[in-house]
Amino acid sequence: MAQYLLSVHSVEGETAPAMSDEEMQQSWKRIQVLNEELRAAGAWVFGGALHEADTATVVRMSEGEVLTTDGPFAESKEHLGGFYIIETDDLDAALVWASKTTEAVGKPIEVRPFRASEA
Amino acid sequence: MRDLDASPKVEAAQIGRIFREESGRSVATLIRIFGDIDIAEDAVQEAFAVALRKWPFDGLPPNPGGWITTTARNRAIERLRREVRGRELLSEVATLSPGNDDPGMPKEVGPVQDDRLRLIFTCCHPALSAEAQVALTLRLLCGMTTDEVARAFLVAEPTMAQRLVRAKRKIKAARIPYRVPEDHELSGRLRPVLAVVYLVYNAGLTGPGEPGLCSEAIRLARILSTLMPDEPEAAGLLALLLLTESRRALRTRPDGSLVVLGEQDRTRWDRVLIEEGQAIVRRCLRRNQPGPYQLQAAINAVHADAPTVEQTDWWQIVALYDQLLAVAPTPVVALNRAIAIGEVRGPAAALALVDDLDLDNYYPFHATRADLLRRLGRHAEAAAAYERAAAMAPTNAERDFLRLGGRASR
Repeated sequence: MAQYLLSVHSVEGETAPAMSDEEMQQSWKRIQVLNEELRAAGAWVFGGALHEADTATVVRMSEGEVLTTDGPFAESKEHLGGFYIIETDDLDAALVWASKTTEAVGKPIEVRPFRASEA
Repeated sequence: MRDLDASPKVEAAQIGRIFREESGRSVATLIRIFGDIDIAEDAVQEAFAVALRKWPFDGLPPNPGGWITTTARNRAIERLRREVRGRELLSEVATLSPGNDDPGMPKEVGPVQDDRLRLIFTCCHPALSAEAQVALTLRLLCGMTTDEVARAFLVAEPTMAQRLVRAKRKIKAARIPYRVPEDHELSGRLRPVLAVVYLVYNAGLTGPGEPGLCSEAIRLARILSTLMPDEPEAAGLLALLLLTESRRALRTRPDGSLVVLGEQDRTRWDRVLIEEGQAIVRRCLRRNQPGPYQLQAAINAVHADAPTVEQTDWWQIVALYDQLLAVAPTPVVALNRAIAIGEVRGPAAALALVDDLDLDNYYPFHATRADLLRRLGRHAEAAAAYERAAAMAPTNAERDFLRLGGRASR
């Protein structure tokens, strides 16, 4: 078995067309169904959606002291919006889950293997 | 001491050829046994070194392919036994291969071809870039050296080495599986595989002394079309390769110089290959699901029907190129269509089409322009175009051919 990070990236300022309440409900429902499916298949390890990147705080060592700064680490327009950690036999199985995820959330999904996956 | 003056029973060049032919099979089998590409590659490389030492004195073993696989497997096991992680891996191998008396001792019989099929689907996995797919296939299945693969792609050797290392690392880290895709995923996974097989054939066709690649590609195409009888493009690719192969021997003279289609001795085209290829094309036509490989095969089938270049049904070829351009609208297809137009409407019409194409880095573009300009009597421009083509030609044969103004040297 191997573990994979399935991450959803959102681009700052690039707001999706406003969803109606009904569409929001449907999207939320699709994600719930996916979460259930992941759990039932034994692929679920963890998952969740994140608040906006401007809610982030970065902590780093600077000249032997801990320095805390407001805002995200990367000065990029793209930020992690949410992720799943899943466990599957191989990449093909992970890509099937990634396909279902991109269908449910309507955004591209990056699939990345964890190093410690052999343990 | 052995008598160093005695002429060897087997020349090093012959050993190299045998390894080129056999290494793909051995690497594929060893990857299945050990689940690791690097271990498989290194072991086959070691077996090659052993063969270079032994075969010149002992002569060829009765089954060189089997010898390579067995020797490589034993070398890999010896090496793994020396390492802690290797011993763990060997015990995994033992549990994964039930029915074998000795860990890592697969039966020599069995799904040998399926191993190569597994390997090609892994090499051509859509999670890998197209460049990586072709490079891996040529390196692992066709036994080409990194340097040879680099030359086939016109990139520097270190660049190619890096590309291969990265691709192999991704296969391992992301656990790209080593298996033939299931039915429902097969058609999507087949496309890059066919593209790679086609490219391998062409590497054999134009590469310096690599005819082994052509039969390798045909073998792969045959396995693919047998395994996927519902995929007309797999059949189309096989037909295309067979029809191209039917005249490969006539493409060059014994001195290596090139013979164009119009100057080939058509009585010496291989009728067995032509008949097999044409039969596949007819079956494809009945199925009526045309794709790029089937259409190219059909074009070649029309050429194969013509007793002379003048008697070629050029209108049908133009019609097939129209269809091909519709499904594969690339400038290279447009160039070949223009050449066919030149046969029915004359060189001026063809040149007008050719000059619109953005193919400055593609040497057949310059060779085609040169030929059309020559036929139009614009000799100075033709000479310049021949020179540009020659400077870019990948092989000496093509370079010499073009330097001679695209005409036979005798």
